[in-house]
Amino acid sequence: MSESTILNLPDQSTARVPKRNFITAEDGLLSWLLTGDHKRIAMLYLISITFFFFIGGAFAGLIRLELLTPQPDLVASDTYNKFFTMHGVIMVFLFLVPSVPATLGNFLIPIMLGARDLAFPKINLLSWYLYVVGGVMVIATMVLGGVDTGWTFTTPLSTHYLNTHVITTALAIFVAGFSSIFTGLNFIVTIHRMRCPGMTWFRMPLFVWSNYAASILMVLGTPVLAISLTLVLLERVFGIGVFDPTKGGDPLLFQHLFWFYSHPAVYIMILPGMGVISEVVSTFSRKRVFGYTAVAFSSVAIALFGFFVWEHHMFIMGVSNYSALVFSLLTMLVAVPSAIKIFNWSFTLQKGSITFETPMLYAFGFMGLFTIGGLTGVFLGSLGMDIHLTETYFIVAHFHFVMVGGMLMAFLSGIHFWWPKITGRMYPEAISKLAAVVTFIGFNLTFLPQFILGYLGMPRRYHSYPPEFQILNVMSTAGATVLGIGYLMPIIYLAWSLKYGAVAGNNPWQATGLEWQIQSPPLTENFTEIPIMDHEAYDYDWLEHKTKQEVTTVG
Amino acid sequence: MGISPVLWQFLERWLNNSALFPREASTIAPYMDALYFFLLGMTVVGVALVATIITVFSLRYRRSVHPVATQIEGSTLLEATWTIIPLGIFLICFVWGALLYFRIYTPPVNSMNIYIVGKQWMWKAEHPGGQHEINALHVPTGQNIQLTMISQDVFHSFSIPDFRIKREVIPGRYSTVWFNATTPGEYHLFCTQYCGTNHSQMIGTITALSPADYKKWTEESTSGMSLAQNGERLFASMGCNACHSGNAAARGPSLAGVYGTTLQLTNGAQVLVNDAYLRDAILNPSQHVTAGYSPIMPTYQGQISEDGLIDLVEYLKNLQTNYRVHQTLTTSESDQAAPITPGVSQP
Amino acid sequence: MADTIATTEPAAEHELHEHVFVPQHRHHFETEQQQREAGSFGMWLFLLTEIMFFGGMFFAYLLYRNWYYDAFVVGSNQLSLPLGTANTAVLITSGFFMALSVWAAEVRKRGLLVLLLVLTTLLGIVFLGIKYVEYKEKYELHHIPGEHFDVSEFVNPAAYGITNEKPLPPDMAQKVQLYFFLYFAMTGMHALHMIIGIGLLFWLIARARRGDFSAGYVAPIENFGLYWHFVDIVWLFLFPLLYLINRHPMK
Repeated sequence: MSESTILNLPDQSTARVPKRNFITAEDGLLSWLLTGDHKRIAMLYLISITFFFFIGGAFAGLIRLELLTPQPDLVASDTYNKFFTMHGVIMVFLFLVPSVPATLGNFLIPIMLGARDLAFPKINLLSWYLYVVGGVMVIATMVLGGVDTGWTFTTPLSTHYLNTHVITTALAIFVAGFSSIFTGLNFIVTIHRMRCPGMTWFRMPLFVWSNYAASILMVLGTPVLAISLTLVLLERVFGIGVFDPTKGGDPLLFQHLFWFYSHPAVYIMILPGMGVISEVVSTFSRKRVFGYTAVAFSSVAIALFGFFVWEHHMFIMGVSNYSALVFSLLTMLVAVPSAIKIFNWSFTLQKGSITFETPMLYAFGFMGLFTIGGLTGVFLGSLGMDIHLTETYFIVAHFHFVMVGGMLMAFLSGIHFWWPKITGRMYPEAISKLAAVVTFIGFNLTFLPQFILGYLGMPRRYHSYPPEFQILNVMSTAGATVLGIGYLMPIIYLAWSLKYGAVAGNNPWQATGLEWQIQSPPLTENFTEIPIMDHEAYDYDWLEHKTKQEVTTVG
Repeated sequence: MGISPVLWQFLERWLNNSALFPREASTIAPYMDALYFFLLGMTVVGVALVATIITVFSLRYRRSVHPVATQIEGSTLLEATWTIIPLGIFLICFVWGALLYFRIYTPPVNSMNIYIVGKQWMWKAEHPGGQHEINALHVPTGQNIQLTMISQDVFHSFSIPDFRIKREVIPGRYSTVWFNATTPGEYHLFCTQYCGTNHSQMIGTITALSPADYKKWTEESTSGMSLAQNGERLFASMGCNACHSGNAAARGPSLAGVYGTTLQLTNGAQVLVNDAYLRDAILNPSQHVTAGYSPIMPTYQGQISEDGLIDLVEYLKNLQTNYRVHQTLTTSESDQAAPITPGVSQP
Repeated sequence: MADTIATTEPAAEHELHEHVFVPQHRHHFETEQQQREAGSFGMWLFLLTEIMFFGGMFFAYLLYRNWYYDAFVVGSNQLSLPLGTANTAVLITSGFFMALSVWAAEVRKRGLLVLLLVLTTLLGIVFLGIKYVEYKEKYELHHIPGEHFDVSEFVNPAAYGITNEKPLPPDMAQKVQLYFFLYFAMTGMHALHMIIGIGLLFWLIARARRGDFSAGYVAPIENFGLYWHFVDIVWLFLFPLLYLINRHPMK
């Protein structure tokens, strides 16, 4: 073992990926499409969300290309509006919401709990099919001519003033929403009922805790999105006037209902990512996460507070000044658990024994960018500041720092971290480090200028803009190109590694989670016999002891 | 150097014309910027702190220097520190932000009122003197200007970045914002709420003029009729004066001097008569019946445009006596058609 | 092991057998009990999402009822109290039979279980039938929100032979449309849940006839029972809110 890495691979000349594992268990396309195995469903999800990520990314590229010049010259305004709508819809509902929970969460939660599968394997498969149906409907919308409501479906614009495919898109999101309800439901039941003997709540890995918190949000929030979209549909079809002021409706009611889901949705997206960071930071500093309980409870606190801050999307919309005060205060409170997490992760490093593998680099990226994203959120939660900043590029930059800088970094960190477990093979280390650095640089170049643009007042969703904003937009577009390369690299080398990567062995990172104590890739039934959790989470002494014992037994 | 002079010139001009920080052109702007710099400072310090902690720990405790990790469970004291200090800072942001919010959204009493109507995809400004502007707004410097805004169709948002103000323009409801421009000049006006195809074309220019120039401008661009005069015409032509005549036996309450008073309604509520109330009472009269009167007024929903409503509101605001109402009524009585009955409006 | 069985009571002996022999036991659960608990816990969570789903509509109802009280009173009075009451009775009875079905499954009486499930289904269909009659009446009166909505009856009730109703001003009369929209949206969503439930009931009846649920495996019946009771409870909120709360005494 070298000084700079904890990587511990088996002897490559003799090592083989185990013949019997969940991938080889059955053959044929049908065995995948009808599987009940949470790991196979996770793979299905991984493939489909990657597909949608690149479609959404392509739209982002087109948007940035159009914004290279101040004039509306690349595409017509209608087309541009469709671009950012598709970008938003695909990235939010088809990538970010399912990203970590449906792939890594699906794959790992049962194993981390010492269970053989999620509680309801068929519902899990159903949830993937719902996702696919939703995705196909979104693609159908795209092929049929697109939709230009923006992902927020603001009424009365979406109900009375647009003749694009609003209904198809809303139905697609409705269906995809049920997919996420079922995923959340499955996780909650599994976490409550399927923990192995000895796996108490406070021995669960923090990844499980954060997914649990996200699941609560999915189960309680998504139905409200479903009903608000149903009302949009009914209003569009029958024109009754629930959201139409001339008929006595309240146009703000939709926004209240919509943001009641869509604000918690932000936490649905980010919480699982925070779980990944907890695992990665602990593993690569060989230390238990600093203040395990605080980190666990901060996830739950975010989930609870997250439900009571939705009105901060509507501060300038003529809501009562006093309700604005309350929601601003609550917004400030929800920022605190995030701060706690950042500091706890930082102090996990203290007196550790740190190495800098790719997942750790992405995790550092996450911590930096999420701190910026979180603190700029305080700008927007502060009532007076929000007046100037909301609906400008500042807000665009802010949520991209949280969603892309935070969530996507966490997702990539997790994918690299668990790649050897999922496939049994290592990704190439040097090029993946390069990709992490490229992503980080590209990201900052893309989105830092947007903060300045935002304070200058450049409105979001603008097809053309005054010429004095051009230089910052050019920087942003240049950054987006670098970022695009940063995202293309992993898909290439990860595909390459499927065949040519080094054989990983059971526990390449010397990590403590239950998932690392079984073979990689795991067996269909995960464990030959159900494990007994006899130690705390992140107990590196236990691991060392166990490894020593194994060596003695085998030797 | 290797760069061609033409390119160099181009770059130089480009850089010189680029904006990095918005102008401070209203009395609000310095307050906004102060909070902004505080928040910016907080962010820079916060990010620097996290970055320093990570860097220092990464260097000191990297594996080659510190091969064996020391397990630490946590520290209540430290955790309390980084719970309470951020909470304290965030609470400062909250209080500061709230003060600023109330400052921007509470118009001073002596302000000059300009009406704004937003529609896909243009801004109409209506000055009390009757000047109409499209995608432009002329204002005097050094005076408090209140904008009373409404949308005819979807949500829009009225934003003047150099003044640091913005407010959603909502269909069916007045919203207000105010400012006091300090420097003469031209400023961007943006619609910041996505409102359909030509959202990015829904822009305009705010021209701040010195009071003298403004006076010149109002005189040059008047259309001859003030808003209140337009409103008076509407009041007569819609037949409002038949009931709201101010006579003792009239079927509707007298409206002279009603603006700014508190009314007792039949449903028991006490309401302050302001722009929004007047507009609502014209469109949904049955919910705004003054105590002592019967709910016989028909709705004018769909019969008056937002501009017409603004004229009426402006007229009623300035209506102090019923003298002219009586005069109009007497002259028009001879040719008055059938009395207005509550018609059945078809959906 | 043999000793244990010999010394326990017959009922407990039964329990032990269940763990080992029930064919529906899925491999990834450690014990049959774990499976049953997980199933009912999942069902409760699902019902929680349903509550949030209906919650959005209840919120809209409360908001508009507060704004347009008079219109909502008139709207309420348009609904038929006898039909609504009858439907409530039908649904509660249906729920009662459903509860009995769960009991029948637990005591493993196949014939009784099938009979009770059929009764539950029939009453569910009766409920939908009555709902259909109510909807049809609204259609004939042009009270379906949308293009053909007609407010004349609310503006001028006397012309329609309604004497106990105050005429509404035209602007308020328009708001009755909002009431009816919410009425149709809420009862329509409820009816949709009933239709899905009846579909599931047919499937359960077929399985019950095969004897699937008379050998100790009652989880599907139990969970479906939860769903059916939830649909009942939603109605028990809808009925007073839509039919009763604003109604003034009939002459």
